Amino acid sequence: MLPGILYYILFKYVPMYGLIIAFQNFSIGRGILGSKFVGFQHFTDFFVNTPDAWKLIRNTVMLNVYDLLFRFPAPIILALLFHEIRSRTFKRFVQSVSYLPHFLSTVVIAGIMVTFLSQQTGIVNHLLSWLGFERILFLGQPEWFRTIYVGSEIWQTVGWGTILYLAAIAGVDPTLYEAAKIDGANRFQQMRHVTLVGMIPVMIILFVLTLGHFMEIGFQKIILLYNPMTYETADVLNTFIYRRGILSADFSFATAVGLFQSVIGFVLVVAANRVVKKFSDTSLW
Amino acid sequence: MKIKESFGSRLFDAVNIFFMIVLVIVMVYPLVYVFSASISDNAMVMSGRVVLWPKAVTLAAYERLVGNPDLWISYWNTIRYTAVQTFLSLAVTSAMAYPLAKRWLPGRRLILLLAAFTLMFGGGMIPTFLVVQKLGLLDTMWAIVLPTLVSTWYLFIMRTFFEALPEELEDAATMDGCGTMQVFLRIVLPLSLPVLVSIGLFTAVNQWNSFFDALLYLNDRSMYPLQIMLRNIIIAGSNVQGEGNTDYIETLKYAMIMIATVPILCVYPFVQKYFVQGAMIGGIKG
Repeated sequence: MLPGILYYILFKYVPMYGLIIAFQNFSIGRGILGSKFVGFQHFTDFFVNTPDAWKLIRNTVMLNVYDLLFRFPAPIILALLFHEIRSRTFKRFVQSVSYLPHFLSTVVIAGIMVTFLSQQTGIVNHLLSWLGFERILFLGQPEWFRTIYVGSEIWQTVGWGTILYLAAIAGVDPTLYEAAKIDGANRFQQMRHVTLVGMIPVMIILFVLTLGHFMEIGFQKIILLYNPMTYETADVLNTFIYRRGILSADFSFATAVGLFQSVIGFVLVVAANRVVKKFSDTSLW
Repeated sequence: MKIKESFGSRLFDAVNIFFMIVLVIVMVYPLVYVFSASISDNAMVMSGRVVLWPKAVTLAAYERLVGNPDLWISYWNTIRYTAVQTFLSLAVTSAMAYPLAKRWLPGRRLILLLAAFTLMFGGGMIPTFLVVQKLGLLDTMWAIVLPTLVSTWYLFIMRTFFEALPEELEDAATMDGCGTMQVFLRIVLPLSLPVLVSIGLFTAVNQWNSFFDALLYLNDRSMYPLQIMLRNIIIAGSNVQGEGNTDYIETLKYAMIMIATVPILCVYPFVQKYFVQGAMIGGIKG
């Protein structure tokens, strides 16, 4: 048990203590105890003196909105359709195939995107030019970034995401379907009023969990896909923290931005859980 | 009382099956294309004449990569990071989860609460980086293995599983003269094999696929895992060993994707069952 606790202290709670440097002018040589306190200076620096601050926040929020609007419902719809497939073998086959992308690494997915979307050599642009369209520099245009990000995200997660919903569907009491049929519900009404309703608890839990990742939205993939040309829509808080903190070694400032991000994330989950608890029986805790 | 299928219902079936076929194509096509492109002639790929099937089949790109010592080094790195982390992670997580499953443990609630809290709030990237640096782990295997060693989700899943094991078994073993350690190793762990396999597989695939920790903590080329090498070739567009030779530039990328992905695709059909099972256990708890 001891190594486990040691792990939590060392890699979870010591970094929380390290958040102090957000209020300091931290330098590695002087350490946390020796560094000078500067109060909220780094926070004002970020909100007032960083012209990009609002852009970063806007991008973080917008990517989440896209994510919730398109990526979140996708597995719900797919699970409904899976459930309606009559042939068991076909169903199993389609399911297995749809799980596959989940096991590809972020780098491979990003690599596929980069090569497929390449302006001169990518297959997507070859198809476009055959069809008589202009070639598009997909990854160099800010207006394409969100679509590309969410699209690749759907491709990778939609199949795997159905597992929990299908489990929920399997748990629906079969007599409900019988009752619905006797009441004269047709197939679509059954889908809507029985199957879909059966998935609601899972939806709620996954929704709260998704909000839990609100602030760090897919930034590992963003780091691979973005470039200075698309910062306008692609640069989010976490990528900014990475550039300032790790690449420019501006530790205190980056930690301050990180702390802002963590606090918002924390508040979001707690609030979402509260709301959910109030209106239904399902909640995370 | 079988009611005759309505026209709408049958139409829906047809549309649904059609949609599923499209789905399968969308899921599989990119992978087929990557494979075809990787064994085609570079010029064919660049000019877009490879659409589905390989053209002018050649293994030049693979030969090129296989002859590159960096590839083997990074392959070996990935294998050892994955193996060491999976083993240690299972050992540490189960050793922590087992006592936490015992109701009489003092401070049990507090420890669980403190662990659960880390799910919602943490120090973040920079403070964690500074800890790793302070411990002198930068540019070592431990920078990759240790910071993500215990996953709180898996800890909770294991604890739930251990709690559900019948206590009589452990009592019987104790009466037969087993110490706590022996009970754990000989009774509890073998009974928990399905959970251990699922969690072990998840940990392994995660580590195999991860790149960000390596990007943060490793600067030394000889420590790079496969994913970083993949990233450098495809995304940063650096040529292998900086040669000016562009004869393979595109096919090389596809070949590299194949090389990094094939191990996972090979084991996938055999372990899919465990993955689905694992996702369910996680879901019930979540």
